[in-house]
Amino acid sequence: MPGGSLIAKQHFIFKGVEAMEHIGILEGRQKQIFEKKSGVEQVDISCDTSSLSGSVSQRACVFCGSRVVLYPVADALHLVHGPIGCAAYTWDIRGAVSSGPELHRLSFSTDLQEMDVIYGGEKKLYHSLIELIEQYKPKAAFIYSTCIVGLIGDDIEAVCRKVAKETGIPVLPVHSEGFKGTKKDGYKAACLALMKLIGTGSIENISKQSINILGEFNLAGEAWLIKAYYEKMGIEVVATLTGDGRIDAVRRAHGATLNVVQCSGSMTWLAKEMEEKYGIPYIRVSYFGIEDMSKSLYDVAKHFPDHPEIMEAAKEVVSEEVKKLYPQLQKFKKALTGKKAAIYVGGAFKTFSLIKALRSIGMSVVLAGSQTGNKDDYARLKEMCDEGTVIVDDSNPVELSKFILEKEADLLIGGVKERPIAFKLGIGFCDHNHERKIPLAGFIGMYNFALEVYQSVMSPVWQFAPRKGGSL
Amino acid sequence: MLLRHTSTEVKEREGLTINPAKTCQPIGAMYAALGIHGCLPHSHGSQGCCSYHRSTLTRHYKEPVMAATSSFTEGASVFGGQANLLAAIETIFAVYDPDIIAVHSTCLSETIGDDLQQITRKANDDGKIPEGKHVIFASTPSFIGSHVTGYANMVAGMADQFTVSTGEKKNQINIIAGWMEPSDMREIKRISQELGVKIVLFPDTSDVLDAPMTGKHEFYPKGGTTVEELKSTGDSLSSLALGCISAEPAAIALEKKCKVPFETLDIPIGLSATDRFIMALSKAGSVTVPDTITADRGRLVDVMADMEQYLYGKKVALFGDPDQLIPLTEFLLDLNMKPVHIVSGTPGQRFEKRMHQILETRAPGTNFKNGIGADMFLLHQWMKNEPVDLLIGNTYGKYMARDEDVPFIRFGFPILDRIGHSYFPSVGYSGGLRLLEKILTAILDRQDRDALEEKFELVM
Repeated sequence: MPGGSLIAKQHFIFKGVEAMEHIGILEGRQKQIFEKKSGVEQVDISCDTSSLSGSVSQRACVFCGSRVVLYPVADALHLVHGPIGCAAYTWDIRGAVSSGPELHRLSFSTDLQEMDVIYGGEKKLYHSLIELIEQYKPKAAFIYSTCIVGLIGDDIEAVCRKVAKETGIPVLPVHSEGFKGTKKDGYKAACLALMKLIGTGSIENISKQSINILGEFNLAGEAWLIKAYYEKMGIEVVATLTGDGRIDAVRRAHGATLNVVQCSGSMTWLAKEMEEKYGIPYIRVSYFGIEDMSKSLYDVAKHFPDHPEIMEAAKEVVSEEVKKLYPQLQKFKKALTGKKAAIYVGGAFKTFSLIKALRSIGMSVVLAGSQTGNKDDYARLKEMCDEGTVIVDDSNPVELSKFILEKEADLLIGGVKERPIAFKLGIGFCDHNHERKIPLAGFIGMYNFALEVYQSVMSPVWQFAPRKGGSL
Repeated sequence: MLLRHTSTEVKEREGLTINPAKTCQPIGAMYAALGIHGCLPHSHGSQGCCSYHRSTLTRHYKEPVMAATSSFTEGASVFGGQANLLAAIETIFAVYDPDIIAVHSTCLSETIGDDLQQITRKANDDGKIPEGKHVIFASTPSFIGSHVTGYANMVAGMADQFTVSTGEKKNQINIIAGWMEPSDMREIKRISQELGVKIVLFPDTSDVLDAPMTGKHEFYPKGGTTVEELKSTGDSLSSLALGCISAEPAAIALEKKCKVPFETLDIPIGLSATDRFIMALSKAGSVTVPDTITADRGRLVDVMADMEQYLYGKKVALFGDPDQLIPLTEFLLDLNMKPVHIVSGTPGQRFEKRMHQILETRAPGTNFKNGIGADMFLLHQWMKNEPVDLLIGNTYGKYMARDEDVPFIRFGFPILDRIGHSYFPSVGYSGGLRLLEKILTAILDRQDRDALEEKFELVM
């Protein structure tokens, strides 16, 4: 339900935290912003809430969450059941690379019309599915419900069951009606669909030293890098969920010994379910930055104490990679030392890694925020951040611009909607969301990240631009 | 071969769209609303809609795009979105302080039956709209029409809800912009000035979505038709609606409300459509066409003559939005090229009729289809059955162009992978020259690439 809506234009006091003046922060949003200061009462940041009605939020919906998680499954049919927009806007927007089939890069929609809204869209859905499965011969089909499907009462489950029976492939409904929560709920809906697949394949011949990689979407080929590290350690990767994903691999995922979860927001739920149902433990990792990347290899190795050779191999991978990488980073570090960064990304877990990665190239973080962080995430952020760092949940462009100017950031790390804001303010930008063009994960990813930050922050273009609020 | 699955056999499909040549209404409404100065578009629906539209517009323009959302939740969709919208209106005026909020609906709010007129009236009655501020709205259900329909509805909303006729005529002409780029709107204003006709152009996204870098993030950039200008359209001598689908509904609304007579023209893309526009505008403003404009025209015709040998009979496939495709098809025919496949996802008989008029004598065999089933999958099938020399359309055409190895010109919405559309116009004679340059470059580059060594020519 809509929250409060009065403005506090000046000098509002934020529970003992010093006033942040001249703002224009929505009153209902005060609890979603925090500035780390010494000697003041530490308050909990408020998160996991829906956005205020009327805010220019950078967030998306349930459908978006489901779509981004399942999208990389390349040999599945992804049919969006609804009016055309939801399919049009998610057509090949995510650079989730496939090494084989590319069915996921096409756009399929039931393109619901007024009559369908009145009389229901089940028939159309049924026929669309039959036509598509006949033509494209996918290994499975995901059917995404959009907002109005939830309202007009189509029995998607029944249609899916019927089509599955007739075609012999799994046809999985994804309950991703946009209004039924936040993007996080969409992740969960996607995981529910995946859970139905997991456990349906044969787990014969899977090694005891095996893992699933969860929450890695193979943007710019990142999953391939990560997989290669683990394989060098002698670990078998059973399934990658969902980067370069294949239905058959998903079906065998319950045969792995350990789940390794990146992107905690989207996949922790699935890991927990698998732990409960199949007794597979999970660990949380991050592949960004030297520190976290190395840790993600060591943590997996630690899980196999009976095989000390795995840890040995992990150490070797790390030492080899770091030896190569470290000298390369020094040039960037020299140029970037003392520069300040603002981070506003989807998940909070990524923010932790980015802070460390930025520190390793001499940069400090003055603003850290996420769209979907939870309480624990923000508590940890507070611990990690330097004094004076502003922490925000579900921010908007006004706030972001304000803090970037006030804190004199030189770089913004964000996604598509944040990029032009950074450039208008005359500061560098690094896309750490869907539109990254080069791998930023892994050791080589750290080099790419440093290079990208360096290129953007040190670009000569800023010399020609009125910088930071209009002064040259 | 990303589109390796495209079959050559064209079958009737039962309500299934593959690779759409359209998107949904609300994004059009959002784009139109950005053409009002100091306006914050507002999406009355789930958060995702607003996010997707802003992202798509941002990718197309590489500019910040501001819009608010009602952030529907489960509660709102059971009990109605009135409370959300009322709260949103209050919040927006308090925090973002726009002159106007332009609310558009979504499939969700339409399906649950929210009545925007009633809700905005209530907002007004409850004193949630500050003195001198405005809220306008357009009903834009995603399950009817396309993004073009949404644009048309929002522009009609501007005409209908803003204009007042004071009874005193103003010596000015309204030009209602069909869906076009900020560069095109800028060019329309320049041409009018050159002609010496005082116009009010609406909407006008120039200086909004092509804003210079200032070191500031301007929440409301300096461009856009002002409230005063919009109000004054009711007193104008007449209106020219550029685009029978995206602009005419606003002209009709103005005529109905303020008795401003109108004429509907094609968007002035290419020679003939620009001729008609210049004639109509000079007539409406009672001015003679200055030599500078005549010279512009002469330059375009000059290049058409210079290069005619490279254009004759070249087969073109094109897709996009009806108001662009109509004059573009005509221009291709004027260039002696051969449009063979035309697809638009936007439904409507106006398009069919106009295309018939243009094609029936000059290119009767052309394949064209719009509305349901007219998607890029169909276009690709047609291209496989009858190959073309050139493909023109938005960025999504790049898959077909790559798979079929066909030269490709980006034109339309959205363009996500090239720049230029926001800065260089396609309308007017100079716009025609730019299109012609692009066409020639694409064709000649291909000829150079494929030429045998002995046939590789220096002078072309």
